[in-house]
Amino acid sequence: MAAHDHHTHDGHQTHGHGHPELGFWRKYVFSTDHKIIGVQYAITSLTFLFFGFCLVMLMRWQLAFPGKPVPLIGGLFGETMMPGGVMLPEFYNSLGAMHGTIMVFLGVVPLLVGAFGNYVMPLQIGAPDMAFPKLNMMSYWVYFVGGIVMLTGFFVPGGAANSGWTSYAPLSVVSQVSRNMWFTGQTIWLLGMVFLITSSLLGSVNFIVTIIQLRAKGLEFFRLPFFVWAQFVTAFLLLLAFPPLEAAAVLQLMDRVAGTSFFMPTGLVVSGQQGHWTGGGSPLLWQHLFWFLAHPEVYVLILPGMGIVSEVIANNTRKPLWGYRVLVYSLVFLGFMSFIVWAHHMFMTGMGTRMAAFFATTTMIISVPSVVILTALLLSLHGSCIRFNVPMLFALAFLPMFAIGGLTGLPLGLPAPDIHLHDTYYVIGHFHYVVVPGSIFAIFAGIYHWYPKVTGRKLNEFLGKLHFWGSVVGANLVFMPMFFVGMAGVSRRLYDQTVYQHGANVQTLTQISSFAAWFFGLSQIPFIINFFASIRAGKKVSDNPWEATTLEWATPTPPPHGNFPVIPVVYRGPYEYSVPGASRDYVPQNVTA
Amino acid sequence: MSSAALPYTVEPHPLTGVYSGKLGTWLFLASEVMLFGALFSSYVLLRVGAGDAWPSGEATHLSVPIGTFNTLVLIVSSVTMVMAWASLKMGNLAKGRMFLALTIALALVFIVVKLLLEYIPKFRGHHLPSTNTFYALYFTMTGLHALHIIGGIVVIGYFLFPGAALWRTDPEYYTNRIECTGLYWHFVDLVWIFLFPVLYLT
Repeated sequence: MAAHDHHTHDGHQTHGHGHPELGFWRKYVFSTDHKIIGVQYAITSLTFLFFGFCLVMLMRWQLAFPGKPVPLIGGLFGETMMPGGVMLPEFYNSLGAMHGTIMVFLGVVPLLVGAFGNYVMPLQIGAPDMAFPKLNMMSYWVYFVGGIVMLTGFFVPGGAANSGWTSYAPLSVVSQVSRNMWFTGQTIWLLGMVFLITSSLLGSVNFIVTIIQLRAKGLEFFRLPFFVWAQFVTAFLLLLAFPPLEAAAVLQLMDRVAGTSFFMPTGLVVSGQQGHWTGGGSPLLWQHLFWFLAHPEVYVLILPGMGIVSEVIANNTRKPLWGYRVLVYSLVFLGFMSFIVWAHHMFMTGMGTRMAAFFATTTMIISVPSVVILTALLLSLHGSCIRFNVPMLFALAFLPMFAIGGLTGLPLGLPAPDIHLHDTYYVIGHFHYVVVPGSIFAIFAGIYHWYPKVTGRKLNEFLGKLHFWGSVVGANLVFMPMFFVGMAGVSRRLYDQTVYQHGANVQTLTQISSFAAWFFGLSQIPFIINFFASIRAGKKVSDNPWEATTLEWATPTPPPHGNFPVIPVVYRGPYEYSVPGASRDYVPQNVTA
Repeated sequence: MSSAALPYTVEPHPLTGVYSGKLGTWLFLASEVMLFGALFSSYVLLRVGAGDAWPSGEATHLSVPIGTFNTLVLIVSSVTMVMAWASLKMGNLAKGRMFLALTIALALVFIVVKLLLEYIPKFRGHHLPSTNTFYALYFTMTGLHALHIIGGIVVIGYFLFPGAALWRTDPEYYTNRIECTGLYWHFVDLVWIFLFPVLYLT
C-alpha cells in the first residue's frame, strides 16, 4: 500500500486511455487491477479444480476395482505411491485428504470469491477498482504461494497429508511423525492453510470495504444486485470464521513440532506404545475449532453461487427476481445462523444430548432461509418466457440439484438418523450434491454468462450444451448411488469396501459412481476446448449481449483500466426487466428515464 | 483530494463517517478478535476440562514483576503512539516521528525483556511448551502476541522512514495511516492486557 505507487496508479482523471507506462509484468503478473487479478484467480483456481478432480478420478479406480493395477498411468507413480500400479492405502488416504482440501480451499472458494467476486463485484457497484488494490494483489499471491505449499506435500517423504480434509486430531498429530522427522505432509498442510487463511482474510476486508465505501452514487444497499449482497455476506463469513481455524492450525502445528498436547488426551496409546505427549489435551477442541470455520465455509461455497444463479435467472427470465428483499433478508439471516450450527458435525463425539439438541434446533432453523431463497428463485421462473441459453441451463439445473443436496442434509442435522448415516457415503453424496451440481454448476453458469464481458466474445452454444447435458447426467449418476451405498452402511473413508459383506453387496453401485465420474470428466472436454478456442474464435458480441440491467454491462468490453469512462450514477433497482411502458424490455440501472 | 479515481481514501464516506483505510483496519481487528478469542476459548476449555489435573505451583510459575513491567511498557507505548498521531494532526512531523521512534523503542524493550528475562531462562530451566498444557498455552499465546508486536515494529518502522515521504505530498493521508497503525497497536496492547492476568495472575 505504498503511497507513491497509489498515486501513479490513479492520480489522473484520464484513466480511460490505458497506462502505456506499465510494463508486461506490472500489467499482467503483478497487477493491481481487480479485473486482471480476477482473471488470475480464475485461471489458477480452475487449474486447481482440474487437478483436484484428477485426484478423485484415481480414487474412483481403487473404489471400483480394489487392488487392481491402475491402467495406463499406474506405472508413472513409482514404488512409494503405486507399486506395480496398485494404489497403496496411504496414497489413497493422501488423495482423499488432498482432494477435499484442494477442491474447497484452492478451487471452489477462490473461483467464487477471488475470481467472480473480484472481477464482477466492483463493476456491478460502479467502482473504479477495489478499495485496496495492492492488498488485492497481495491476497492473490498469498493464495498462490499457499497452493504451491500444499502441492509440495506430494513430493516429501511420506507423501501429502493423509488425515482427511478435516485433519482430526489425534490422528493428524501422530500421522507421518517419526522421531526427528515432523516436516512431512501434514505439517505442510498446516502451513499451507495458514497462507490460504491469510489470503482470504485480506480479500474479505477488501470486499467489505469496497462494497460499503465505493458504491456508485445512487446505488443504495437495496439497489445492489443480489450477487453483490451474496459477496458481502460471504466476506463477513470469511472474515470471522477463518481466524479460529488459523488458531487451530497454530495449535496443531505446536502439537506436531513443539511436542505440546493441545489435542492429545492423557494416556494415548499409539501403535501399541504409550505416546511421548504429556497429555491433558482435548481432541474435541480441534473439532470445535475446525467446524466453527468449516460450517460457515459451507455457506461460503454456496452463497456466491446463489448470487450468480440469481443474476442469470433474472436476466434470462426477463423479469425482476421474485421477492428481492426477502432474498436479501434470508441471505443475511443465513449468514448469521451459519455461525451457530457447527456442532451438528459432531453428534457422534459424545458431546452430550443437551448440546446436540441445541445444534439440531439451530440446524433446522437454518434450513428455513435456504428454502426461502430457493423458493423465491423458483417463483421467479413463473409466467416468464425463458431464454434457454447455456448459462440459464446451468442456473436451472442448479435449482433442483441444490434442493436434493439441501434436503438430504436434513436427516444429518438430526441426531437420531445421524447415528446411522454419520461418516458414510450418504454424507459424501449430500455435500457433493450441494457443491458439484450446486456451486460448480453456478460457476459454469457464471463463466458462460460473464465470458463475453471479459473477452468480448461468446462461448460456443453447441459445445456449451454438450458440456451441460454431459455434466447434468454425469453428476447425478455419480452422486445418486452414493446415498444408497451410504444407507447400506459403507464408511466414507474405506480403501476397499468389499472386505465387508455390507460393502460388497453394494459394490455395483460404487462401480456405477466410478464410471459416471469418468464420464463426467469426459464431459468437461468440450468446456475446456470451448474456453480456450473462444478467446480467438468465439462470436464477437456487443458491450451488453444479454441485454442486462446491471452496471457491469454499462462499461466498454473489456472494461478499461478504471472501469468506467464516465462515472455512473444509479437511478433504479437492479432487475428492471419488462417494465410496463418502457421502450425496451430492460432498463439499465444507470438510465434515468 | 489525493486520488481522483478511488474515492474515500482520505475523506470520510458520508454513510460510515470513516475513510476506507480505517474501516478496513477495524474489520481486520474484528478478525484478530476471533483469532485470539479462539485461543482464549481453547484455554478455558482445556483448563475446565483438566479439573484437578491442571498444573499448579512450581509447574506454572511466571514472574509477576517482569510481567507487570512489560505491561507498563506496552501501556506507555500506546500513549506515545497516540502522541505521534496527535503531533501529526497538529502538523508537526518532527515531533510525530520522534514519538514513533519512541514507540518502537518501547516495543523493542518489551521483546528484549520477553526474550532474555522470560523465554530463555524458561528454556534453560527445562520449562518447555511440551512440559505441560499451561506452558504450552503460555508459549503459544505470548509467542503469537510477540509476533504481532514484531509486525507492529515493522509497520511503524516503515512509516517512520520510507513511508514518511508521503507527508510531503499528502500530510492528511500520512496522518490517517498513522491513525490506522495506532488502532492496530492499541489492539495488540489490549491483547496483552488480557494475557497478563490470565497467564501471570492465576
